[in-house]
Amino acid sequence: MAKTFTIDGKVVPFEEGETIIQAARKAGVYIPHLCYHPEFKPHGSCKLCTVKVNGWQTASCTMRAGENMVVESNTDELNSERRTLTQMLFVEGNHFCPACERSGECKLQATAYDLGMMTPHFDHFFPNRAVDASHPDWMLDFNRCILCSLCVRASRDVDSKNVFALTERGIKTKLIVNSKSGKLGDTNFSVTDKAAQVCPVGVHIRKRRGFAVPIGERRYDKAPISDLSHEAAVEVK
Amino acid sequence: MSNNQSESVTDVVERVVAKHGRDATYMVQILREVQEVMDWISPEVMDELQAALGVPRTKIEGVAGFYSFFYLEPRGRYRVLFSDNITDRMLGNRVLLDRMCSNLWVEQGKLSEDGLVSVDTTSCTGFCDQGPAVLVNNVAITHLTDERIDQICDLIREQVPVVDWPTEFFEYQDNIRRKDLILNSNIAPGEAIRAARARAMAPSAMSLGRGDHARAEVESLRMRALSPVECMPATHENPGGSVTLISEMRRSNLRGRGGAGFITGLKWEACHNAPLKPGQQRFVVCNADEGEPGTFKDRILLNAYADLVFEGMTVAALAIGARRGFLYLRGEYRHMKDHLEAVLSRRREQNLLGENILGVQGSEFDIEIHLGAGAYVCGEESALIESLEGKRGTPRNRPPFPVTHGYLDQPTIVNNVETYASAALIMIMGGEAYSRLGTPKSAGTKIHSISGDCERPGIYEYPFGVSIAEMLEDCGARNVQAVQIGGPSGVLLAPSEFDRRVGFEDVPTAGAFMVFNNGRDMFEVAKNFTHFFQHESCGFCTPCRVGTSLLTNLMDKLDSGHGSPYDFNEIEKMNQLLLSMSHCGLGRTACNPVLHTIAKFRHVFDKRLMSDDFVPAFDLDKALAVARQMTGRDDEGAHLKTMVSFGEH
Ligand SMILES: Cc1cc2nc3c(=O)[nH]c(=O)nc-3n(C[C@H](O)[C@H](O)[C@H](O)COP(=O)(O)O)c2cc1C
Ligand code: SF4
Ligand code: SF4
Ligand code: FES
Repeated sequence: MAKTFTIDGKVVPFEEGETIIQAARKAGVYIPHLCYHPEFKPHGSCKLCTVKVNGWQTASCTMRAGENMVVESNTDELNSERRTLTQMLFVEGNHFCPACERSGECKLQATAYDLGMMTPHFDHFFPNRAVDASHPDWMLDFNRCILCSLCVRASRDVDSKNVFALTERGIKTKLIVNSKSGKLGDTNFSVTDKAAQVCPVGVHIRKRRGFAVPIGERRYDKAPISDLSHEAAVEVK
Repeated sequence: MSNNQSESVTDVVERVVAKHGRDATYMVQILREVQEVMDWISPEVMDELQAALGVPRTKIEGVAGFYSFFYLEPRGRYRVLFSDNITDRMLGNRVLLDRMCSNLWVEQGKLSEDGLVSVDTTSCTGFCDQGPAVLVNNVAITHLTDERIDQICDLIREQVPVVDWPTEFFEYQDNIRRKDLILNSNIAPGEAIRAARARAMAPSAMSLGRGDHARAEVESLRMRALSPVECMPATHENPGGSVTLISEMRRSNLRGRGGAGFITGLKWEACHNAPLKPGQQRFVVCNADEGEPGTFKDRILLNAYADLVFEGMTVAALAIGARRGFLYLRGEYRHMKDHLEAVLSRRREQNLLGENILGVQGSEFDIEIHLGAGAYVCGEESALIESLEGKRGTPRNRPPFPVTHGYLDQPTIVNNVETYASAALIMIMGGEAYSRLGTPKSAGTKIHSISGDCERPGIYEYPFGVSIAEMLEDCGARNVQAVQIGGPSGVLLAPSEFDRRVGFEDVPTAGAFMVFNNGRDMFEVAKNFTHFFQHESCGFCTPCRVGTSLLTNLMDKLDSGHGSPYDFNEIEKMNQLLLSMSHCGLGRTACNPVLHTIAKFRHVFDKRLMSDDFVPAFDLDKALAVARQMTGRDDEGAHLKTMVSFGEH
């Protein structure tokens, strides 16, 4: 007999060592998430995936599943708090969706839609962040970075290059690249790197190819992010 | 401390990196020591570090950028940081800061034009009882007055090295006002270790709690079978001694003094029982980060009772079977490092640290001091461990906990300074006797750092159970409006609550006790604390990173008279979010000061409310501040007050 726990009443089997989000997605249960990616060590920083386990909130991407756990996820309370988190991420950076190449493919935008975010609610911070276009084939628009560290992990753990890292702290936390000039063009980054494929938002942009997919046919135009059918396609490119 | 012109960047980096065995887990120590010579972490320093340590530049930059005492831009040869806790403010630190800035012709937070000096603020430096205080190149100067500020300015202008400044500048007091168990103790070095050994060798059934009987019997049988030397609790070789010491700790009911109040004996037991993989060992860590504003009792323990603290750590090492220990000392206490190193070397000479402690073969333990570099969050135990490993001080995902996966993923106990001091005394007096002190759920005594509006600020030790009123009486506080207990993350008490008592069952505290009299504006207090949390948020998790900034913006909005009751709901909602979604205790307590102030001193908010309804935060006049600064104008015509005054008249 496989061990099980429940999410919103549904019985979910799991294997020893699996996290709640891993077991959930295998069982076809969607839990909102931004910094989690099945191929990488979980980070647990965005907190979108927060669930209640036996009444206590915890990030489901870092919490291991346990026998007979009672997990709540798709509740008004949690979804409303998750919506607030997406609003926070929107006002923290500069997200001008209509002008963004990743619109329709962006997980922040799609998650916010799915959670019913209608306004940013908070005052915008309008941070001053420069774009890095120094690389011949690649561009970094830091205005959209949500500090999920996925490109950091990919570059470190898969590409073994450490091209990206976070520095500073608090609201000033920012992404940097591994060169004295601070420019991507002076690093050994390559467009074939894993780090080039994991950004959930629109920081990492390929040059000379824009808006390739027409509006209406983009990934999240077709089905909301909560539709697990395209999860495989999104994350295992 | 200041430039040694003869040494090149390469030489300095090479010397420091070699000293630390080219080990990148010493990154925080390396950066600090290099900066002490070079004044900042320049791009050249970074190049050399990269080459010498063989780590990516991003790693060095990521760590250096995290800690507020590391400078990636020039900050001058003299770096003056004004402690900016609310108690410093109440003592007039802002006026002194302005005085210094205008005297030295420098703008706060900027480097002077001649590149000589920078003046800025920093979170509480632990001298609330003798403020206002500054750190100059990480050395503390207290009791600031106008004259002293002017003297400092002269010394800086004349470029006198800080080491040559008048010694009286660097004098500070312990201000011990009330002693109890710990502060009255006067044990000889080694006494607690000997007592622990004696206990471990003779585990009489009498000294054991009921639940431990079976285990004790097995243990004493085993003890008798061993030769006297072998039956010493000599680290890992002898689990028997460990069990006895741990039971003694459990019997004492000692709970951690760092805030959370976890039962110390249980923590040690969990660490002792954690399995070791091949090549692994256990570690003892003393948390001397003391970052909670208003707390300075660990400073006194380390200054005047260092032996007791190290003794406690050594006892802990015997109990869990550890050979290495760390004292994580906050960067603000850099001035105590030499003194502490001296105590450690003396203890090594006395055979109380190092190999064959007190002549017992195989008994080995030593302590290293690691300095922090200006990050409150590094007081959180898993962030502290990250910092010990030379990383950014980001709290880890837990579980697993440090007792099984701590320093370099090995079993580690992290305890507060006062916890170790208490543990040493427990070994001497016995857990049973200790547990009778204080109250049923809070055994023993607690040391408080009292500051703010009172006649006798300083250090007070009481058994648990003392009432707030009694403490206020003892420190000579009059016309008291409120007391903040446990620092910004603790609780704010109004006079109607002064009969409440200190203890885990009523008012828990990590040791801060700030008194505010009737003349104080409690809004300013809450605002100061809110800014503290925003400044100290590590930025790892969304709710705290963004939430603490939103909260400070909101407080500033209320302060400027643009708030409405609508904003109270916003604060309440923010609190819920931070409570349920934050990654660590910092985020979870960040709303406390505002919430407690609204609940207990609502009038200070009301008087700032402009309207009963929503008012946008956008302030046209404020938005023009940049333009005013650029044009050097600040006259009436450069302001947009007209609309508001129309409304008011
Ligand atoms: C943000 C934050 C800051 C903390 N700062 C300190 C500190 O400065 N000193 C301390 O002893 N504990 C601090 N703690 C508590 C530690 O995480 C930990 O619980 C404590 O060191 C355990 O020791 P104890 O059991 O002896 O109290 C802090 C916790 C948090 C969440
Ligand atoms: S650039 Fe993208 S992947 Fe990298 S940290 Fe920012 S949001 Fe995450
Ligand atoms: S709650 Fe704040 S301090 Fe703690 S991990 Fe999150 S951002 Fe960092
Ligand atoms: S997905 Fe779990 S915290 Fe981001």
